[in-house]
Amino acid sequence: MRSTRLQTGVVAGVAALGLTLAGCGSDSGGSGGDGGSGGGDASEVEVFTWWAAGSEKAGLDALVAVFDEQHPDTEFINGAVAGGAGSAAKDLLQQRLQTNDPPDTFQAHAGAELQDYIDAAQIEDVSSQFEEFGLTDAVPQDLIDLLTTEDGAIYSIPSNIHRSNVVWANPQVLQDAGLDPEATYSSIDEWIPALQAVQDSGVTALSVGQAWTQVNLLETVLMSDLGADGYIGLWDGSTDWSSPEVTAALEDFDTLMGFTNTDRDGLDWPDATQQVIDGQAGFNVMGDWAEAAFEEQDQVAGEDYTYFPVPGTADQFGFLADSFTLPVGAPHPGGAEAWLETVASPEGQAAFNKAKGSIPARSDVDLSDFSEYQQSAAEDFASATIVPSLAHGAAAPVATLNDITDAVSKFTSGSSDVATLQQEMGAAVNG
Amino acid sequence: MSSPATSAARTDRSSGTSAPTGERRRRRHAGRYVAPLLLISPSLVVLAVFVYGLIAVNIRTSMTDANDAAIATGREPATFVGLENYVRLLQDADFQHSLANMLLYTVVFLGGALAVGFVWAWLLDKPIKGEGIFRSVYLFPMAVSFVASGVVWRWLLNSNQGDNASGLNRLFEMVGLGFLQNPWWSDPRWGIAAIALPAVWQLAGYVMALFLAGFRGVPEELREAGRMDGASEWKLYRYVIFPQLSPVLLSALIIIGHMSLKVFDLILSIADSSNYSTKVPAVDVLQYKSSFAYADAAAVGTILLLLVALLIIPYLVRTARAEKTR
Repeated sequence: MRSTRLQTGVVAGVAALGLTLAGCGSDSGGSGGDGGSGGGDASEVEVFTWWAAGSEKAGLDALVAVFDEQHPDTEFINGAVAGGAGSAAKDLLQQRLQTNDPPDTFQAHAGAELQDYIDAAQIEDVSSQFEEFGLTDAVPQDLIDLLTTEDGAIYSIPSNIHRSNVVWANPQVLQDAGLDPEATYSSIDEWIPALQAVQDSGVTALSVGQAWTQVNLLETVLMSDLGADGYIGLWDGSTDWSSPEVTAALEDFDTLMGFTNTDRDGLDWPDATQQVIDGQAGFNVMGDWAEAAFEEQDQVAGEDYTYFPVPGTADQFGFLADSFTLPVGAPHPGGAEAWLETVASPEGQAAFNKAKGSIPARSDVDLSDFSEYQQSAAEDFASATIVPSLAHGAAAPVATLNDITDAVSKFTSGSSDVATLQQEMGAAVNG
Repeated sequence: MSSPATSAARTDRSSGTSAPTGERRRRRHAGRYVAPLLLISPSLVVLAVFVYGLIAVNIRTSMTDANDAAIATGREPATFVGLENYVRLLQDADFQHSLANMLLYTVVFLGGALAVGFVWAWLLDKPIKGEGIFRSVYLFPMAVSFVASGVVWRWLLNSNQGDNASGLNRLFEMVGLGFLQNPWWSDPRWGIAAIALPAVWQLAGYVMALFLAGFRGVPEELREAGRMDGASEWKLYRYVIFPQLSPVLLSALIIIGHMSLKVFDLILSIADSSNYSTKVPAVDVLQYKSSFAYADAAAVGTILLLLVALLIIPYLVRTARAEKTR
């Protein structure tokens, strides 16, 4: 989730060079799969992720420790690629898959983002492993429904769950604006006067960053205004993108953007969240990986910062999950299966998530030594309706998300109106 | 390529002196090309495969419907659609916006770098103390990569104004030029021009070096002759020296111009790839590629290539002609 633009630029340059070289390979490489040295080779496993730093790296290390214990005969090879919230890794992955040189298993956001790999026949159906590892009973049914594709198969093993619809607030700033820091809001409409009050007190009411964080904000507004069913319907076709309800939600988004910082396009999420920590902004909407940013700076929940679901979405859990796949033609499928088994095991999920700050996909993991936020998120995960996050690849394939992000950036830069945004988003989803 | 020529040279030697002199001369003439050809053949092959071969592959891809994951990755066959992608792209308002941005960026970058570089060179034309220092100072920014300077300029070009301002806006505020504050690259219409600022800053020194070489290339006798004839310093520059700089101007124009069409790293280190106000075709290539729209990405690449060719080919033709007449 972390990125520095420096890395993005550098890696993008390297990737562009790599593409040129890979281009000539893909034509002649039709024979392919020469690396597949036979079924079940479990001597090693190359795990491809973008967990290269911070809490993500800590999580991966914890997971590897469990893996070494459970599968001492399989050597773990770290294929982590840093940079750009995973975009650098995804570019590299695309090329490796294209040249028939897949890693043994790779990290991917669970849900619609996998559709491209499925369409390209690059990953295997792991439904049987899903069942074998006991996930069918341990994972909430709405999550299984979201993971299952139209043909009834599951293509990845979820390792951790994050929530996208969380508001982070600075109680001191709210108090200075004459608000009750403990107040809860039941809808966006109720929240707006509070935002106005913060803005009137002279600080940014709602901090936000570059385009993808704006999409993150937009998805929570859609959840809030349309409700869980209406929101899910946007992605399965049962909600009409041109309906007046969507228009109203986009107008609310427009209103919220009016309360945000003007330098948003130059900031990534840590900068936007930092404004809340530093008291330069009252509220920030970000996924719950932001919790790590507060903790790193010794902020105390309830005193230095508060968190609550985005107004109107208390009964929804905007989910995004990292998951692991079994690529077609993986050189060490046995090693990959061993890795997936560890990822799916209660021990693996407990160790990994405790370090990363997310919550386990399994509901039978003992959470007693998890943080206060993690415990509350796990409770909500069990009780709330699970809805897919748009900004993080759970709701729509990459191409759709890219189109929507472009449309949102165009809108928030002032180059299009609500009607255009609505039309462009509808077109992005419906193709 | 070279083997028939080599064998021809060998037969020439074995057949001895009986061949008529005219033919022998022709053979010797052919033999002269063997060694050079052999020497450049590795780079010729590499060029043929990795540049021209890949351009051909790119153009072929751009004329298919490889715009989703299944086709792009080769699981489903791609069909030939001719120029359909080009027509759709050129009609697309967002792509037109990218092209307009590129044009605006080119105008500002080219104009800025040439003007600033020329003035610097002119100032340095008169030998002054510490010229070397000035030259290095102006040239230094070119040594910085676009990515590194982009990271710094992202902060300098922060779009906050008033109390929250930072970077250049803050500076304006502090020195009482508050009215100069502006949203920089966040402005949807003119934002891209702000990206040209760091580019001008980086390349103006290089243009200065080019022009300075041009100034120094003007023989001292010409200046003296002008002065003898009573030309004022201004007239001397206007009618004697500037006209001789036009080849330098053309080179600078081509070098800066094609850099400007390819701008990508600078933009990506300042804004992100979805940011509307800073979209240019090269950024679109990345966006299309990551959306599995390989055909569209290839089409944009081809359009860029054509634009660069429009700029470079006349220059190459001119240089070739100039060399022939020499």
